[in-house]
Amino acid sequence: MTLLKERIGDVQLRVMDNTNWRKPVYETNGLNLWYGASHALKNINLSINEKEVTAIIGPSGCGKSTYLKTLNRMVEMVPDVNISGNITFKGNNILGKEMPVEMLRSKVGMVFQKPNPFPKSIYENIAFGPKIHGIKNKATLDMIVEDSLKKAALWDEVKDRLHKSAYGLSGGQQQRLCIARCLAIDPEVILMDEPTSALDPVSTHKVEELISSIKNDVTIAIVTHNMQQASRISDRTAFFLNGEIIEVNSTATIFNNPNDRLTNDYINGRFG
Amino acid sequence: MEYISTNRVARKMSARLLLNNLSKFIFLLATFFGIFVLGVLIYRVVSQGIGWLNVDFLTGRLSTQADRAGIMGAILGTFWLMMVVVPVTMFLGIGTAIYLELYAKKGRLQSFIQTNISNLAGVPSIVYGILGLTVFVRTLDFGNIVLAGGLTMSLLILPIVIVVSQEALRSVPQHLSEASYGMGATKWQTIQKVILPVALPGILTGAILSLSRAIGETAPLVVIGIPALLLPFPGSILDKFTVLPMQIYYWTLDSSLMAEYANLAAATIIVLLVALLILNSTAIIIRNKFQKRY
Repeated sequence: MTLLKERIGDVQLRVMDNTNWRKPVYETNGLNLWYGASHALKNINLSINEKEVTAIIGPSGCGKSTYLKTLNRMVEMVPDVNISGNITFKGNNILGKEMPVEMLRSKVGMVFQKPNPFPKSIYENIAFGPKIHGIKNKATLDMIVEDSLKKAALWDEVKDRLHKSAYGLSGGQQQRLCIARCLAIDPEVILMDEPTSALDPVSTHKVEELISSIKNDVTIAIVTHNMQQASRISDRTAFFLNGEIIEVNSTATIFNNPNDRLTNDYINGRFG
Repeated sequence: MEYISTNRVARKMSARLLLNNLSKFIFLLATFFGIFVLGVLIYRVVSQGIGWLNVDFLTGRLSTQADRAGIMGAILGTFWLMMVVVPVTMFLGIGTAIYLELYAKKGRLQSFIQTNISNLAGVPSIVYGILGLTVFVRTLDFGNIVLAGGLTMSLLILPIVIVVSQEALRSVPQHLSEASYGMGATKWQTIQKVILPVALPGILTGAILSLSRAIGETAPLVVIGIPALLLPFPGSILDKFTVLPMQIYYWTLDSSLMAEYANLAAATIIVLLVALLILNSTAIIIRNKFQKRY
């Protein structure tokens, strides 16, 4: 009986939003954010679904990076930020005091625009997350390092130089190292803030391949300037403009048959 | 319409080239002035003092007879003084810098404290001597022991250590701490594992250079009344003491009574210069070692 109810619930969900088949990990309701007096996010409603790649696109200054940083509360490091509304992560409110940010971030990794490995060895970069979360056993750390680097398709390139500086890697390798560093804490979500904007096309391609290969295990929200990238790698796309969401839809719909004229203009390069 | 006339450029060219060469010469001269003065100083001191420098001088006790006088007491005094100054300035200096740079909210209070610390760095050392005399020697009734002198010296160099450490902490790229916070690290974990290791060479360099200032400083110790008498060797931070620069100061004063005292002062200066050289080289080695690692 309960099973039936769940099924009915599921079907109803599908009827309401045909892109929203999967279970949402993040649900954002009525989110507003101000930097001082400037209203950067206006009434954002968006869910990020489990084991999907959600792309967030839009012109510079539209609030897409701000939204991403709100999801792991990094945005609060900017002085004079005010937030109202609701964001839940797996049903738990994250904007209140109930959940320490450290707790949230141990489940939500972040990859930044510029590769930012620590000035430590490759090994220590990957082991950093597990170590701060209390793993001390050398054999366990070795396993995590190998496993994470393999998932990030970096193992073969670095296995002979694990204890050399991460700064000896190329920019693209460094970014994949940063993704591997996230994977090492076994996150449920990885937030990526324009992860390929500082990389050349070959490195970009490798990062995109990596994203496709891990998306079955981890939910990804990616902010990108590159619309081709969004269409290549994402399942759903949200189009932001001036702090508002103009349209959220399956990536295929957004790029082939968008509902909103503004979306159509943006993806066809008429502005932005 | 021609804006730049070729003739005019040609006419001015030789003057420009002359000024170009002249400027290099002027800056070279400025550099050589300092090197020249240092050279004269070292030549005078070494030629006067080197003959007096031997094992007996280094390990002997003070004496009114110039040929029997030694500076072991002053060397030990400087050593014990550092035993107070190093831990106190490291802990208070780096601690204050971490608080101001990484914890304190940017605001009026923070900028008020900041301004005052920068001003304190410029206060004459003798004023710190008076402070040390009032607070440590008299009010807390330590007397003129190593602890009182060391705390006074610590106050003197603290502002410099704080400002230099803040500078080093500020120069740690923000994207590194963001990476750490993004992994779920707490603020303290981020400071301990990411920010401090990167800032450490800068902090240590500044701290060691400040220590070499404390080693050479005399005025505050004159004020808190460090004696120039024959003394037993200090064996702990609770003993009375003298230090190398004090020894130089008194011997130079007394050289009017006995000419050989000037030579003793010169020999002591050599010892002090060597100590400073060792400290400064250590600072450079530490900096290079940490920088080379990654």
